[in-house]
This record gives sequence, C-alpha cells and structure tokens, in this order.
Amino acid sequence: MTTAVVSAASVVKRFGTVTALNDVSFNVASGELFGLVGPDGAGKTTLFRILTTLLVPDAGLVTVLGRDVVREFWEIRSRVGYMPGRFALYADLSVEENLAFFASVFGTSIADGRDLIEPIYRQIEPFRDRRAGALSGGMKQKLALCCALVHRPELLLLDEPTTGVDAVSRREFWDLLATLRSSGLTIIAATPYMDEAARCDRIALIQGGRLLAIDAPVDVGRRFPRPLFAVRGTPRASMLQALRAYPHIASAYPFGDSVHVSDVRSDAPPAQLASELAAYLGTAALIDVHVTQVDPGIEDAFMELMGEPTLALS
Amino acid sequence: MDTGSGAAIVARNLTRRFGSFTAVDRITFDVKAGEVFGFLGANGAGKTTAIRILTGLLAPSDGDASVAGFDVRTQIEQVRARIGYMSQRFSLYEDLTVRENIQLYGGIYGLSDAEISERRGVMLAELRFTPPVTSLVHSLPLGWKQKLAFSVALLHRPAVVFLDEPTGGVDPITRRQFWELIYHAAARGTTVFVTTHYLDEAEYCDRLSIMVDGRLAALGTPAALKAEFHAATLDDVFVRLARSAAAGAA
Repeated sequence: MTTAVVSAASVVKRFGTVTALNDVSFNVASGELFGLVGPDGAGKTTLFRILTTLLVPDAGLVTVLGRDVVREFWEIRSRVGYMPGRFALYADLSVEENLAFFASVFGTSIADGRDLIEPIYRQIEPFRDRRAGALSGGMKQKLALCCALVHRPELLLLDEPTTGVDAVSRREFWDLLATLRSSGLTIIAATPYMDEAARCDRIALIQGGRLLAIDAPVDVGRRFPRPLFAVRGTPRASMLQALRAYPHIASAYPFGDSVHVSDVRSDAPPAQLASELAAYLGTAALIDVHVTQVDPGIEDAFMELMGEPTLALS
Repeated sequence: MDTGSGAAIVARNLTRRFGSFTAVDRITFDVKAGEVFGFLGANGAGKTTAIRILTGLLAPSDGDASVAGFDVRTQIEQVRARIGYMSQRFSLYEDLTVRENIQLYGGIYGLSDAEISERRGVMLAELRFTPPVTSLVHSLPLGWKQKLAFSVALLHRPAVVFLDEPTGGVDPITRRQFWELIYHAAARGTTVFVTTHYLDEAEYCDRLSIMVDGRLAALGTPAALKAEFHAATLDDVFVRLARSAAAGAA
C-alpha cells in the first residue's frame, strides 16, 4: 500500500482489567471506504477515539495522514472529520447555526465547504431554521455528516452513523457515502449491520477487541470453511430442533426465512450432503422442506470466526 | 367494542393527535395470544406513540384498544400488571447487581420472595447464565444484559411483552439466541410485540405490520407481504412502502 491514510500496528488499549483493543493492526489506503464491522463493545469506538487523537494507545504505533497520533495530534485534528456514535450537535441551535459553528471552529465558513456538502445539505436546507434537536433521526444524521465535512477533511471517520435509523434512511445514507468516496475522500465507517458492510471496499470484522479478519466483503464470505446450505421448511421451531439433533451438524443459524446449515464432513461432495440432510429432515414431522447450497456471506463468516457455541433451550 | 375473543391485543381505529399532527391514524389490528407480532415502520411513522398507548403511558385521542382483555383507557392498572416491556434504551439498572435487579422487578410486580427466588433459579439456568449473580449489570457484556433484561421482563409471567428494538447493536450470534428466547416465550403462551430495524429478523415473526405516516400500510405473514408486494425480501417490501411516504419530510 503506497499511500496509507491510516496505519495501525499492534495497537493495545486497556481500561482497568478490560482489554478494549488487543493487538490490532490494519492499514487504510487513500480513497478507500473501509468498514469496521462488529457489535457494541467490540472496540470500534475506542479505535475511533485513538484515530481522532482523543485517546492515547497503551502500546502500538498509529499514524493518520502520515502523522503520529500521540506526538503529532495537533496536525491530525484539523485534517479529519469525525461523526461520533451519539448525537453530538447542539440541540438548541438551528441546523444552519450548528453548521456555521463547526465551520468556524475549523477556521472556515459554510460557503467554503458548500460544494462538498451540497448533495447532503440540499436535503436538510429546507429546515435550516429548525432546532437540531427537533429533527428526525435521518435528518440529524445528515446534519452531523455535514458538520463533519464542512472543513474539507482528508479522512472521514463515522462511528455507527446509522444505528437506530430505519432501513430506508440507512440506504440513503450509504448512497451519500458512495458519492463522497467517488470524490476521493477516504472513509472509515463502523457498523453493526452486515448489509452495510457489503457496500465497503474492505472490511475489518472486530469482536472482543480483536480483528477477526480484514478483507473485501465478498472474500470475507469465502473464509467460511465448509459448504453452506439454506434450509427452508415449516414449522421453523421444530426444524431448528431437528437440525440441532442432526448427527453431522456443524452449524445451524436462522437467516431470514431460512436456516443456514453446515455439515462437519466438509470434504464430502455438497450435493451428497444436501440430499442426506433433506432425507434426514424428511423423517421429521416437517412440511415443504427445501435444501439448497448458498454462498456464505459476511454474517456467516462472522459467526464462524466468533466461534461460540449455540444456545440450546429445552 | 369487539373484544376479538382470544386476542391478546385489539386495536380499533386507534388514533393519537398532537395538536394538528396525527401521529397514529385510525389503526386497526388484532394480535393473537402466543403470536410473535412484528411492528415495523420508518423513524417517525408512529410506532413509539402506538406502543405508548398500548402500554398505558399515553391516552388515545380516538378509537379503542385492549391489551390482555383490559381497556388501555379505563383499566390502565390491570393492563400494566399483565405486560412486560424491554428496549435497548431501558432495561436493567446498571448500578445494581443481577440479583438486585431481579429482586427489584419481582418486587415491583408483587412477587413474594419465595417466588422471586424460585423464578430466578429457573431463569438463570435456562439462560445458562454463567457470571456471578453478584455482578453489577454494567460489568456484563451487552449480549448478556439484553438476554437478562428480556427474562426479567417476563419474570411476572405477563400475557404480553413489548420489545422495542431489543437486538440493536448486539452481535449476530446473540441476536439469534435472543430470537430463540422469543420463540421459547411464545411457545409458552406469551404474546410478543416486537419492533426492529433488522428486516431479516422481521422474517422470524408470525405476522408483521408496517406503519407509514401513522397508518397501518401493510399487515400479514412475511410470506404474504412478499407476495403482495412482489418483492424477494422484506427489505424490499419495507423500502417500497416507506419510500412512497413522506419523501422530504423532516
């Protein structure tokens, strides 16, 4: 990677007895849309706070835009834009006042940043006199994005920008990120949503302070080590129970309207595994059973890499 | 009012206005006892207002609703005694231990110490809860907090449990474990009324409703909704409905 905008090597951060980041290493190239994918408590926010120079790592080396986050933090701060996970704008200021304030903090003006924020600001401009606290969730996100962009940062850091936002607003938000990316901006976005992860150039799966994998979204799915089958049938609860009791079962997780299932005999021909599974389910009191092989996705790989046993209820 | 015999929740032309704004606009539906009922909608569509009416926190402007056979307007105390509630924002007290939280909620719902003690044992065994009961809740991983909060919301064996985005932010395995807990509760007869922004989870519901601009724009099984809207996934159904509404509204 010739131009790493972010470079993190063996980063460790502890809070008391909790290791929030454990030997985290990755690079983000210029112009990349990089996803940090993991649940709450995985370490995403801690990593963002180190990248934005708000927190000092206990060990490891981190550079942002070629500058060291500990020694040269002052040079980094004016060149990155940060949208924290929690709504961090001034609720009692209007849309326009918030934006003018953030521009002035960075020594610029709305007019100077206008062309960059135009596609987003256009959508909230009709409400420019409304108090930020009175905006809908989707509009608050767009205003926060404008405030993080108005000073023309070289790197944009978004900590769960769409958490709590409905599916339509989430799609629109990621459409905006795609537009910004195509203008050459480097973006790191954290998300717990696997469908959003698929829209990144590369993703890092993070869990319990460790990076489980770093790859292009399509290649993360390929890390799943066994053939995977989508099984449909009713009633679902009985089917899941029957699958858990299958002697060759390796994994069985509900996935939308099906259950994703893999077999411990990973070297056997998939067609044979599928027909044996269908025959087994045929002996249970289930109807409309279908078994089809599917390509594993990010979520399949994530759960495999987490490597936790499934909970079994009576 | 038609009480919809056997229905755990009945809403008839339920309406709530705030000034000139109609947040919930004549919604009518029944939820059967033991059903897992998904309640979807875009931000601002009126879901929270509807839940606040059904849990007795807000009076309707018009129309009727009953929960567990009691009128949400006139029998609020009876309704509250028969419902459980949990959301990501409000669940357990972080500065109390696991045991203290269970004791507190059990006490609020009028359980005796013996009942609380017995139910605590059963609940923690079913969850395979491994941390000590003397752990402070804030020290637990989010996944444990959420599963524990759900079980605590069921401690008094409510007829209906309301879950407002119960799986926000949790890892994909815990999300699935959480849904197994939901199925388990429904199989024992608890009616589950659940909201989520994860459309793949909506597939796990017996039936779904989708609110758009205060109205109930769709109601049916996941398969029926996909067929009705000629969509491959519920995500497509949702986006089609929600996008047709309120484009440009703040």
